[in-house]
Amino acid sequence: MATSEESTRKSWRVRVMLVISPLLQGLILPVGAIIMALLVGAIFILVIGKNPITAYAALIQGAFGDVFSIGETLENTTPLILTGLAVAFAFRAKLFNIGGEGQFLIGALAATWVGANLSFPSFVHLPLTLLAGIIAGGLWGGIAGFLKATRGVHEVISTIMLNFIAIFFISYMVTGPMKEQSALDIPQTARVAETAQLAKILPPSRLSAGIIIALVAAAFVWWLLWKTTVGYEVRAVGLNFFAAEFGGIKPNYNMFLAMVISGGLAGLGGAIIISGLFLRFQHGFEPGYGFTAIAVSLVGGNNPPGVVLAALLFATLSQGALGMQNVAGVPQDIVLVIQALVIFFVAAPQIVRALPQWLEKRREAAQAAAEGAQLEGGQA
Amino acid sequence: MEILSVALFASTIRAAAPLILAALGGIFSERSGVVNIALEGIMLIGAFFAMMISYFGAQFGLPPLVSAISGMVGAIVFGFLISMIHAVVSIRFRADQVVSGVAINILALGLTGFLLQLIFQTSGNSPSVPNLSAAPIPGLANIPIVGDIFFNQPPIVYIALIAVPVSSFVLFRTPLGLRLRSVGEHPKAADTVGVNVFSLRYLGVGLSGVLAGLGGAYLSIGQLNIFTEGMTNGRGFIALAAVIFGKWNPWGALGACLLFGFADAVQISLQNAGVNIPSDFLLMLPYVLTLVALAGFIGRSNPPAASGVPYEK
Repeated sequence: MATSEESTRKSWRVRVMLVISPLLQGLILPVGAIIMALLVGAIFILVIGKNPITAYAALIQGAFGDVFSIGETLENTTPLILTGLAVAFAFRAKLFNIGGEGQFLIGALAATWVGANLSFPSFVHLPLTLLAGIIAGGLWGGIAGFLKATRGVHEVISTIMLNFIAIFFISYMVTGPMKEQSALDIPQTARVAETAQLAKILPPSRLSAGIIIALVAAAFVWWLLWKTTVGYEVRAVGLNFFAAEFGGIKPNYNMFLAMVISGGLAGLGGAIIISGLFLRFQHGFEPGYGFTAIAVSLVGGNNPPGVVLAALLFATLSQGALGMQNVAGVPQDIVLVIQALVIFFVAAPQIVRALPQWLEKRREAAQAAAEGAQLEGGQA
Repeated sequence: MEILSVALFASTIRAAAPLILAALGGIFSERSGVVNIALEGIMLIGAFFAMMISYFGAQFGLPPLVSAISGMVGAIVFGFLISMIHAVVSIRFRADQVVSGVAINILALGLTGFLLQLIFQTSGNSPSVPNLSAAPIPGLANIPIVGDIFFNQPPIVYIALIAVPVSSFVLFRTPLGLRLRSVGEHPKAADTVGVNVFSLRYLGVGLSGVLAGLGGAYLSIGQLNIFTEGMTNGRGFIALAAVIFGKWNPWGALGACLLFGFADAVQISLQNAGVNIPSDFLLMLPYVLTLVALAGFIGRSNPPAASGVPYEK
């Protein structure tokens, strides 16, 4: 009786460990990479004669110092979660979606059009606006998926090209057919109707309900990947193309589907930024979320919960950067350098391991040289 | 039609020059088996350091021409250095080459913005510096039409035009070029016959740093005399498109760059002429054509077989 109870308790503990230990292992690399990147960033700050502790404190203060900054940081997190999920989902099918930016922008444009030009009651208009973003982004990602599946075009190149095509197409639309008709000649679209706007949830900040949608999307992607046939097939294709095909999965169709879903997620991010924050598309709007998303997805281990945390991290960095520049006098672009370093360290963890070894070797060499010099000195 | 003038073709060459240099760099890198989407970042680094070194040259009282030439050399050196980060990360540490390229692009944007703020206390334009403006070649520049198009250009344009046949010769007519290509097609086979895969890949990436850095220098101290934050504005990616559209061949890339440069020149001259046609479609052209080429609708474009695959002994 007692033993069986003990064994159930034990198996329960084993089960918990089985869940937690890969999570912990998954955390070591990104957390290590972030710490390393911050340390190297600190060296940069020291080199220019500033105090890294003051600088990083100012960064944290800038990102979380009051309700307003917290809201702004979270508002910045929203698009990063969605574009990060987009990259992560495609990664699961072993596809590298560099086109998050284009899909995001196309989604934003479509949402702007629906939000500004149609008129419905809010409970129809708002979902429709967001749906427009998902569909447009999905189509844009789908082009790359289609070219990959049918013509074998590498998705990295096609998505880079599609980013620029999106940017110039949008530039045309915003200065041409979709330009606001007003006395002031401003290259921007008309404003999204009240009925298509997301509610603000943390005044005085501009945080909108979009963050909730982003979190739901993260949960949805997790469910999709691990609890549905679609996710199973996409992951199978990513793990082993030929084995998946042998198992009766259509790899080409699944690659296409993965790009559509990936693009749809990024497009939703674009729709949210319009209906929750900017309310219209202004010419030249290129926030670069699609590129930061690559870092977000990598650091998050291509896993929805990881992506959410990584998105928060990168949003904190970019939100706090200006505070750091104003208070500590450290140029805000240092956060881009830190971001790049995080990517390097996550992508090539051997660097982190090689560095102490290299330093050790240097120290030994220096010691040997010093001993040699001492010996010579003794002989003389 | 005033548009089709000598000036238009001259400006086509000028718009194409930085693309040609970066694309040749991309060809060396990819032919050796290392995907290089970092061209954009390398160009930006080149543009920045060309400006910065030219600026300090002038501050130290060097003659303008000497300052500008030092700037050009500086762009090459720093382009090479930044490319070595890409090389070490993707060759030595076998990281994903696309990921490393993305990181280089972000790093370049951050580093140049950081230094611009630190040294010049601005986040927009640098102060103006001595530059390498048009240097007509005596005699040749006086030939009607041709002289104005080809022989009355800034020095870096001449370098770009000469670099095409030189690159083609090196790649396809020398043992070094053969080895470089073999490493990109089948590194294992090359290794078996005693070719050093790693050093050739370092060379390929290093050349991309040198050439793209020089291409960047053209933007800041060839075409203009200032650096502007993010001034490459996608040119590194257009160069990448030219590599693919030109089928990883220097002459092909030259053709692609001239076509893209022409589209750019037409767009600028239309804008200057106040013609109100949507220039966005002209600007879109390089990317659309590249997609079409990749999809195989106008002659299939296939990359070197081992491009993008880290080599493990």
